[in-house]
Amino acid sequence: MMETKKGRSKMIRQLPLHLLILPSIIGLFLFNYYPMAGLVMAFEDFKPRLGYLHSPWVGLSHFEYMFTYPDSVQVIWNTLLIASLKIAANIAVPIVFALLLNEVRALFFKRFVQTLVYLPHFLSWVILGGILTDMLGNKGIVNHLLFNLGADPVFFLGNGTWFRITVVVSDIWKEFGFSTIIYLAAMSGINMSLYEAAEMDGASRFKQTFHVTLPALVPVILVVGTLALGNILNAGFDQIFNLYNPLVYREGDIIDTFVYRIGLMNGSFSFATAVGLFKSAVGLVLIVLAYRLAYRFGNYRIF
Amino acid sequence: MYRKTIAYRWFTGFNATLLTLISILCILPLVHVAAVSLSSSSAASANQVFFWPVGFNAEAYTRTLENPIFLHSLLKSVERTLSGTLLSMALTVTAAYVLSRTFSGRAFYSWFFVFTMLFNGGLIPTYLVVTNLNLTNTMWALILPSAVNVYNTILMMQFFRAIPKELEEAAHMDGAGYLRSLVTIYLPLSLPSLATLSLFAMVWHWNSWFDGLIYITDYRHYPLATFLQTIIQGGDMRNTNIDPGTLQVLSERTVRSSQILIGALPILLVYPFLQRFFVHGLTMGAVKE
Repeated sequence: MMETKKGRSKMIRQLPLHLLILPSIIGLFLFNYYPMAGLVMAFEDFKPRLGYLHSPWVGLSHFEYMFTYPDSVQVIWNTLLIASLKIAANIAVPIVFALLLNEVRALFFKRFVQTLVYLPHFLSWVILGGILTDMLGNKGIVNHLLFNLGADPVFFLGNGTWFRITVVVSDIWKEFGFSTIIYLAAMSGINMSLYEAAEMDGASRFKQTFHVTLPALVPVILVVGTLALGNILNAGFDQIFNLYNPLVYREGDIIDTFVYRIGLMNGSFSFATAVGLFKSAVGLVLIVLAYRLAYRFGNYRIF
Repeated sequence: MYRKTIAYRWFTGFNATLLTLISILCILPLVHVAAVSLSSSSAASANQVFFWPVGFNAEAYTRTLENPIFLHSLLKSVERTLSGTLLSMALTVTAAYVLSRTFSGRAFYSWFFVFTMLFNGGLIPTYLVVTNLNLTNTMWALILPSAVNVYNTILMMQFFRAIPKELEEAAHMDGAGYLRSLVTIYLPLSLPSLATLSLFAMVWHWNSWFDGLIYITDYRHYPLATFLQTIIQGGDMRNTNIDPGTLQVLSERTVRSSQILIGALPILLVYPFLQRFFVHGLTMGAVKE
């Protein structure tokens, strides 16, 4: 009797907490969980007129089609290639840059560099895509300079190979500065006495970087690297969508842009959903795996 | 000791030069677009403009700002950014406060939030939900689906947790409820973090373009980012529903550049404030003891 009374009064006391979080829960339910139920159409021949319940069931045929249809196989391959190049570059470049920035003693100069290199991160790919298509097009400033130097024009956005290079390089350009933040933070946490001890033993600055700074960064690098694994099928929808054109669909099309075109432009809802589900499922497995690894390597937890 | 060696001095000089060059490279494209937007049309199309205007004039800006479609989409963007940020911050603050308490439902709610970061229904099912709720062609389609920002909520929760529990206990003693302690204790103590997250939310809303493209069917009601996107991708006519005549005028190089710059301007304006906060805010969530 006492117990239930106590339990009930506790519940009444906590009621405001449940009420406060209710709007967010409804929001997540409507726009995050409810759409998950819609994934059932990946196994149907979905007709909007018939709805989820009455559309004919086709089982795994969309998935079979996905792995045999040359276009979708090519798209999965493009996604893996572009994403893994980006992941590798977006770990290596920021580390090198952070190491160089760490050698700067003048605080003013350090701030100046940081202010400029963080900026592109905050501009959207619509803005940057507009700038890049203008500068890299065949009438753009870059090809104008190449022409003046006597070189052949380069179709940065019209040739498949060049398109992939442009995508990876421009992504590094946009994100490398911002990605250095976490390494700079880790560096500022290194105990100065380690450097003093190394110097006593006659280590040059270069050796100090290799034997003190880099080892101290290893846990952060492992965490960043494993977490990036969850993005192996995210090749950057915003970027590709704002840079690509029919000329480079073969080499530049990725899962997300493919899903958009066949789903919303061509109306193949079911097939597009199947491709999207494949991506989400692989992503889920990889993220869970990555978090487990990150926890083991760097004691990283989100909660 | 090493700072005195000749090799290290050479390195310092080389390093400073390299870092300066890289930093400049990061803003050069923006400078180029700014220069083009302030140049004469002929100089721009003849590729005479590099990083300084040639034949200086502001005609592109007057033409852009006289264009009713552009102005309307600018207004839409402002409206969207303000209402979206307000809604999303209200949800972030309340949810973060609840998740920072210790109570019986916390574990369930935490997982309810985190799972959405791990898995989602994807583009098509989400699109169909928004369409079936009849949100298409309304402002709600742009602000409701993204209203709960799980990442911001987690960051805010970490801020709240750092506030000493004794303060709230004292307030409870004096008879204050949860809502009251949130409003009178937690919010005033976390103003800097609130400002940071609000700025991030505003930048996010200002930059968002894809939801406008799929949920707004009439280009005259696009928010600015979506409008710019269709102009820039104008070469691919299948993606736009703008009539060719309008497109012709809008896609002139100087005019397009001025539009890009106006689209980037709000971000450039809030950037100094953003920069002051984000280093602290980002590393805070990353380091745990």
